[in-house]
Amino acid sequence: MVTGWSEKLRRNGFGWGLVLPALVFLALFTYYPMLKSAVLSLYEKNLATSEPVFVGLGNYANLLKDSVFLKVFSNNIWFAVGTVPTSLLLAFVMALFADKAIKGRGLARLSFFYPNMIPMIAVANIWLFLYTPHFGLFARLAAWITQQPVNLLGSPDTVMGALMIMMVWKEAGYFMIFYLAGMQQIPKDLYEAAAVNGIGALTVIRKITIPLTMPTTLFVAVVAITNAFKLVDHLWIMTKGGPNNASNLLLYYIYDTTFNFYDQGMAAAMTVVMIALLLIISSLQFFGWDRKIHYE
Amino acid sequence: MKLERVLSVIGEGDLAVRTRLKKERSAMLKPSSLVLLLLVCMLTIVGCGQAGNGKGNSTGGNATQAPASAEASQTPAAAKPVEITFYYPVNVGGPLTKVIDGMAKTFMDQNPGIKVNPVYTGNYGDNTVKIQAGVQAKQPPDVAVMMSTELFSMLDMNAIIPLDDFIAKDSDIYMADFYPAFMEDTQTEGKTYSLPFQRSTIVMYYNKEMFKAAGLDPEKPPASWEELVSYAKQLNRDGHAGLEIPGNDDSYWMFQMLARQNAADPKQNIMSSDGKKAIFNTPENVEALQFWLDLSHKYKAMPEGVIDWATVPTDFIEGKTAMMMHTSGNLTNVKNNAKFEFGVAFPSGQKQYGSPTGGGNLYIFKDTTPEKQAAAWEFAKFMTAPEQAALFSSSSGYVGVRKSAYETETMKKYTADFPQALVARDQLQFAFKELSTHNHGKVSTAITNQIQAALAGQIDATGALKKAQEEADQALAPFNK
Repeated sequence: MVTGWSEKLRRNGFGWGLVLPALVFLALFTYYPMLKSAVLSLYEKNLATSEPVFVGLGNYANLLKDSVFLKVFSNNIWFAVGTVPTSLLLAFVMALFADKAIKGRGLARLSFFYPNMIPMIAVANIWLFLYTPHFGLFARLAAWITQQPVNLLGSPDTVMGALMIMMVWKEAGYFMIFYLAGMQQIPKDLYEAAAVNGIGALTVIRKITIPLTMPTTLFVAVVAITNAFKLVDHLWIMTKGGPNNASNLLLYYIYDTTFNFYDQGMAAAMTVVMIALLLIISSLQFFGWDRKIHYE
Repeated sequence: MKLERVLSVIGEGDLAVRTRLKKERSAMLKPSSLVLLLLVCMLTIVGCGQAGNGKGNSTGGNATQAPASAEASQTPAAAKPVEITFYYPVNVGGPLTKVIDGMAKTFMDQNPGIKVNPVYTGNYGDNTVKIQAGVQAKQPPDVAVMMSTELFSMLDMNAIIPLDDFIAKDSDIYMADFYPAFMEDTQTEGKTYSLPFQRSTIVMYYNKEMFKAAGLDPEKPPASWEELVSYAKQLNRDGHAGLEIPGNDDSYWMFQMLARQNAADPKQNIMSSDGKKAIFNTPENVEALQFWLDLSHKYKAMPEGVIDWATVPTDFIEGKTAMMMHTSGNLTNVKNNAKFEFGVAFPSGQKQYGSPTGGGNLYIFKDTTPEKQAAAWEFAKFMTAPEQAALFSSSSGYVGVRKSAYETETMKKYTADFPQALVARDQLQFAFKELSTHNHGKVSTAITNQIQAALAGQIDATGALKKAQEEADQALAPFNK
């Protein structure tokens, strides 16, 4: 028994030792706060209660009654629906182009990728200007189309669309990089065989490129969906979630609930909901779909 | 700093592991190397622990504490200065940090027994978050500038102390010298909890050249709502708007102004003075909100929809609007950047003039020692003394918080060159306190959201205020038990 134990330790100890620093950090700054949030979500802790009161699942029940929470949740779903497929499609097309373009390939890749190099806060400031009524480029474009002054960020009907376009612009280049890598791994002889048989370019894309980049698509889709929930920096700069919560997203509402409303119990309950949601989405990658996807 | 230290520890750890790897490549891993590995990991944990502790405290505070204690050990008999941490936000950017740090330095020169560590904490929002984190970690700053509207939240968090004892004992504070409009929000239920410091109010800016072009007298800004409408309609031409009132962020501030102007009661406000009741849904308030909506929809003198707080001054400076209602805190910005002659006036009245005050006060915190609180009081008193108030007002554009500040040389010179700065001061007789209640975040968000919905045309004025009232009542219910 003793020899078995030391044998195991000898084999695995060094490996564990190497993992340990990372694990310690993850535990301290990720797992422990998650656990703490889960515990806190069972308490009522806000300005009206000087000492936290245990309420069981009361906070979660209140969430279902909180119209703003339901609003931001559905906003977030629409935000994901609006940004993910579009940016994936755009990334795919851009990658096709960047993969094939004969001259200036490097330049094409760089120009597609560059929005991703700008910090989100800077992007938000630039786009805030583009959307500013009277002198913003897009505001003028919209005013020219509708023949009347348009306040893109100030109207509940247009604010989400405006933010989605910005997000697609920011994200597509990043996803293109993954597609580009995926496409370059496809064996060239497949394309040569197709060319010999005189098969059209569209069919080649449909029958070869798309199926063989499916693993990339799955990975990128997961990243994109989680990003739709995680990236809210622009809200601070552009709308503060307004007008009347029309552009509010889940993470921003959690922040507001914690630091503006000081309602920590409710904020913790929302955090738990969000973590659960993100875990489910990312577990699709690891457990579910990837087995059904064709690998080379 | 802390993080770097932790990282360097990790770096060293990695290095140790790597050298070990080289040395013992042939040999099997021995227990001694395992111990070493564990040690490295322990080190990282210790590093983290320290970083965690440092978080609640100010970074500046920690860094300077070490040398101070070293000095003290060398000269044990000499009086060790009382060290206090001072958090302050700057909402108007840039050079003001220098002014405040300079004021702190002057204070330390005059009071060698007190050492102040000023910590710039970002804008008001970031500042409040940092203070809140400090309060929860039982390591609050000793003194801080915070929104006047945070009073009830800070009381509910049991974070601040009343200043009445200090005021009673101190013979040279002259509380009567502070403008009453600024004192309103420092007090509740007979106690004073803060000193006014960085204060503002809403004023009306107007472009004199556009007035001339429209055939209006540039020395006669609109004094009543009726005039405001007719002026704005006349000025709404040549591709620029007649008037802009910002509607996002804290739109309740602008709403408070209109509501007071439309009220018969000279003491009207949209909440009770004990902060336990919101008074949003009244016929007068509905009229006030309706007037705001009419400016765009009926009179077509203002752009429709929610106008962004930050773009309004830019619009004014760029000549996209002839008039704007905005904070007096923008005086310096407009003065430095407008390439035309501009005037500043009281926002037009209806039944009376009216403009809410805003901005930050100096609060002193619990969970420190009485010595530190006494030192914090000395500092707060110094920062609001006439000379300092004058210096701060003239270099920022904020309103001087006390009457005697305007009699100092600094201020006389400033207002002689820039008489517009006096308008905000003169208006203080019509000024009153900003919306401040228990559960302030939720109450103010309730009204702000409904105003935005009304401006965006989703709901009418009556419905908006009814809904805001319901939401606010719900948020305040636990405080009315």
